[in-house]
Amino acid sequence: MESLSFPLLSFLVFLPLVGVLVLLFVDRENEAVQRWTALTVMGFGFVLALFVYGGFDPENVGFQFEEQYAWIPGLGISYHLGVDGISLLLVMLTAFLGPICVLACWTDIRSRLKEFLVCLLLLQTGMLGVFVSLDLVLFYVFWEVMLIPMALLILIWGHPARRVYAAVKFFLYTMAGSVFMLVGILVLYFYQARTTGTLSFDLTNIAEVPLPFSLQLWLFLAFGVAFAIKVPMFPFHTWLPDAHTEAPTVGSVVLAAVLLKMGTYGFLRFNLPLFPEASVFFMPVMIALALVGIIYGAFMCLVQKDLKRLIAFSSVSHLGFVILGIFSFTVQGVQGGVLQMINHGLSTGALFLLVGMLYERRHTRMIADFGGLSTPVPALTTFFMIATLASIGLPGLNGFVGEFLILLGTFHVKPVWAVLGATGVILAAWYMLWMVQRVFYGRVVHEENRGLLDLAPREIGLLVPVVVMMVWIGVAPTTFLEKSEPAVAHTLRRVQESVQTAQGRNAPWAMACAAWDHLTGK
Amino acid sequence: MEQVMSSISLSAIAPELVLVACGLIVLMIQAVFGSRFRDSFAYVSLLGIGGAAFLVLTSPGAFESKIVEYSFCDMWVVDNFSRFFKLIFLIGTGLTLLISLRYLDNEAMQHSEYYALMLLCTVGMMVMASAAELITIFLGVELMSISLYALAGYTRSRMMSNEAAIKYFILGSFASGFLIYGIALIYGTTGTSQIPAIARYLAQAGAGAAVLVMGMALLIIGFGFKTASVPFHMWAPDVYEGAPAPVTGFMSAGPKAAAFAAFVRIFMEALPTLQTDWIMVIWLIAVLTMTVGNIIALVQENIKRMLAYSSIAHAGYVLVAFLAAGELGLTSILYYMLAYTFMNIGAFAVITMLAGAGETRVKVEDYRGVGYKHPVAALAMSLFLFSLAGIPPTGGFMGKFYIFSAAVKQGYIWLAIIGVLNSVVSVYYYLRVTVAMYMQAPEKDEDVPAASALSPALVVAIFISAYGVLSLGLFPSTYVAMVKESFLSFL
Repeated sequence: MESLSFPLLSFLVFLPLVGVLVLLFVDRENEAVQRWTALTVMGFGFVLALFVYGGFDPENVGFQFEEQYAWIPGLGISYHLGVDGISLLLVMLTAFLGPICVLACWTDIRSRLKEFLVCLLLLQTGMLGVFVSLDLVLFYVFWEVMLIPMALLILIWGHPARRVYAAVKFFLYTMAGSVFMLVGILVLYFYQARTTGTLSFDLTNIAEVPLPFSLQLWLFLAFGVAFAIKVPMFPFHTWLPDAHTEAPTVGSVVLAAVLLKMGTYGFLRFNLPLFPEASVFFMPVMIALALVGIIYGAFMCLVQKDLKRLIAFSSVSHLGFVILGIFSFTVQGVQGGVLQMINHGLSTGALFLLVGMLYERRHTRMIADFGGLSTPVPALTTFFMIATLASIGLPGLNGFVGEFLILLGTFHVKPVWAVLGATGVILAAWYMLWMVQRVFYGRVVHEENRGLLDLAPREIGLLVPVVVMMVWIGVAPTTFLEKSEPAVAHTLRRVQESVQTAQGRNAPWAMACAAWDHLTGK
Repeated sequence: MEQVMSSISLSAIAPELVLVACGLIVLMIQAVFGSRFRDSFAYVSLLGIGGAAFLVLTSPGAFESKIVEYSFCDMWVVDNFSRFFKLIFLIGTGLTLLISLRYLDNEAMQHSEYYALMLLCTVGMMVMASAAELITIFLGVELMSISLYALAGYTRSRMMSNEAAIKYFILGSFASGFLIYGIALIYGTTGTSQIPAIARYLAQAGAGAAVLVMGMALLIIGFGFKTASVPFHMWAPDVYEGAPAPVTGFMSAGPKAAAFAAFVRIFMEALPTLQTDWIMVIWLIAVLTMTVGNIIALVQENIKRMLAYSSIAHAGYVLVAFLAAGELGLTSILYYMLAYTFMNIGAFAVITMLAGAGETRVKVEDYRGVGYKHPVAALAMSLFLFSLAGIPPTGGFMGKFYIFSAAVKQGYIWLAIIGVLNSVVSVYYYLRVTVAMYMQAPEKDEDVPAASALSPALVVAIFISAYGVLSLGLFPSTYVAMVKESFLSFL
């Protein structure tokens, strides 16, 4: 294993803060310099992320690029960063979308651009920090810190009508979930301190302590509620449509593409490896909620009149797939889940970008205000169609690979679940294509739409990389899957062991055991 | 633990003496020269505070050794615990004086009494932290409270301020009555009013006497009042709303910390044998204090009143740490009080700055548009509010983190859950102010409050507070090391 002494991850995480410092000294009137500064910083961040990607060794299941320094030694809190195959892909996604987000708000944000870019950069630091922290307190700090810039994005630059409501709801929902996680972290810490005598919030240390089943159940719930709200899983999803609809374009993109992934990432990083028996116990519940989310989200999409709200509900449905994959406890399912996180980031990110472009031109998001747009804006229509097809899982584009793997993994466990999940794919085709039909095809019904301008070179420039990634993942997913496979297999090791032992027991396991009979063929 | 005994030791009370001297000098300047040297009041007072802080920090063995020095026939104790609290008081008073400079000019109330009362009040608090004997603690409580009654009514032309003073005085006297009665009952049972002697007596004789439990209950009521814990909090909102804004900030930090200092010393050092009797009561008070404070704060329109209820809620968090006790619990009390001093006085600095003459702009809705007219102040205010809400990377978060760690460690998991849920509730009303500042710009620019009490001193106070909040949040280790040295004498 090649180890770099250069603290690459720290640079990656804190580089946006350097951008913030530079921005503070840029003259308020000089918006061009502000934009270019933010773009350079984000672009440089992506380059650093490419170095991480290039230096990452997929054969090694442990964490790489680790950095560890004592932060609060008295309590065993350390500054511990590292990536494995799972977080690597999410870090790449975050870094990849950074410059695209800056480009997307190039002309969109007309007031207080400087503050907007500062919020965006702070958000970037927070999100990258969440994915690379290996210390529970550090993770929690990043998790919470990120709330403030996101809430401000909605609050200040959001759609005037209901932005306060949306921002406050977003903040309170997320905070309410995460405080349970804080108590969970503390309980975990003191249990470890009592049993092993070492004081440490380090994930790698805590993962080695076997926890009694009853404690696992409570801790699973404490962590789970924080992540379930973030994902958001049904029935904790109600903040999402509001936040998405009211947020500015870039806010929606970041929210959909990265923030929601923190929830699914949390399940994969903490709940599965730390509470394996509880994960098995709660599996039927989680699967049921995921399936309800998939189908309910899809039906909600069918009745939406607002484009952004429709895409927001489609996120509920798509994230249901990710949870379904993760809680199938099969390598295929989880791999599909990981890939689907990236896919959803790309395709929903692209959809929000395109809706934002439409909004910038027409100042409405209502489906009824459009119609026949393919005539005035053919390029935008083409990109929108590609993103739509990626989102509904057309073979050859990224969405297909993820959903296929998830359904494959689930089918191994219980075919009924896969069948129910697959209805989500069908419904997705229905609501997305119907929406595309109403917005882009047919005759131009509103005169205002006739003179719309097609995409500018900047807009095409920021969309092309996203589309390239969609096709790349669709055609050659192995490039990315092989990076995460060893880490996924490693993460699942303890859960699969507890599945094995669970079959020997009776009472609380009955439901989970029945499901697992299919896998082992008993 | 090493004990050094002596009867009269001026060095042990040197910081207090400096403050008393400065307070008297300030009074004399006005008496002799009239208001000709009015500017010197603040300088003399700040010099006194600096001198006292210097003496606390450089007193032999400060924050290095665990020597506990008793003097004045065991009535006075100097240990790191008292030193730490004295620093909190001095920081609080110093920041408050910086904030009040221009405010007093605006209100045409630049008199020496204000400074003398502030300094004497601080001496009262320091006596509470250093007293090793119940009557001396009571002396400190009275010195502090009487100065505060006068300070609350300091802007005497305003009705609200008068009302605050009268209310505070009447209810405060009641609480003092409870305290002294409690002290009497404890003295009656144990035959001594010295804290170490009470502990020794109870260790031998056991804690069966009902009169003793009565005395303890009366002390809880008295301190419950002084810390504004529910159900003894009724005075706080009116007093906080009516008192001059800088005094409100001062009152919610220093005197509260002083009450906790005495509370901790009496209960942890003198009455640990009665723990089984007080645990349930304090548990209930802690839960009520957090919940009632936060829920009522949700609907307040006046920002001073809102922070009054928030201050009640914060006393509840500290009670959680009090209940958890042990090393971590005490660490978190000290840490939290320090962080709270910075963040709350910081917030009141911004309130003072924007309040305008006669404090007409203290409604949450008055803060609309502040974010754009006074960007730095709004940023600082947001920082203080986020810290009060317990969001990282601020001192408020680390403080809560320590408190809830302590609670979980002692097995008070439900208490920790109630606590964290309360801090979620609190986010809503702190966020309201931030929302108002950044969101709704009023139609006319004149409608945004002007920075009437802005002065270089106030800016310095805001920067010190912001630095304190951030450094407590990002680098807690340095402070914790100091805190750890501070309570070993009891454990």
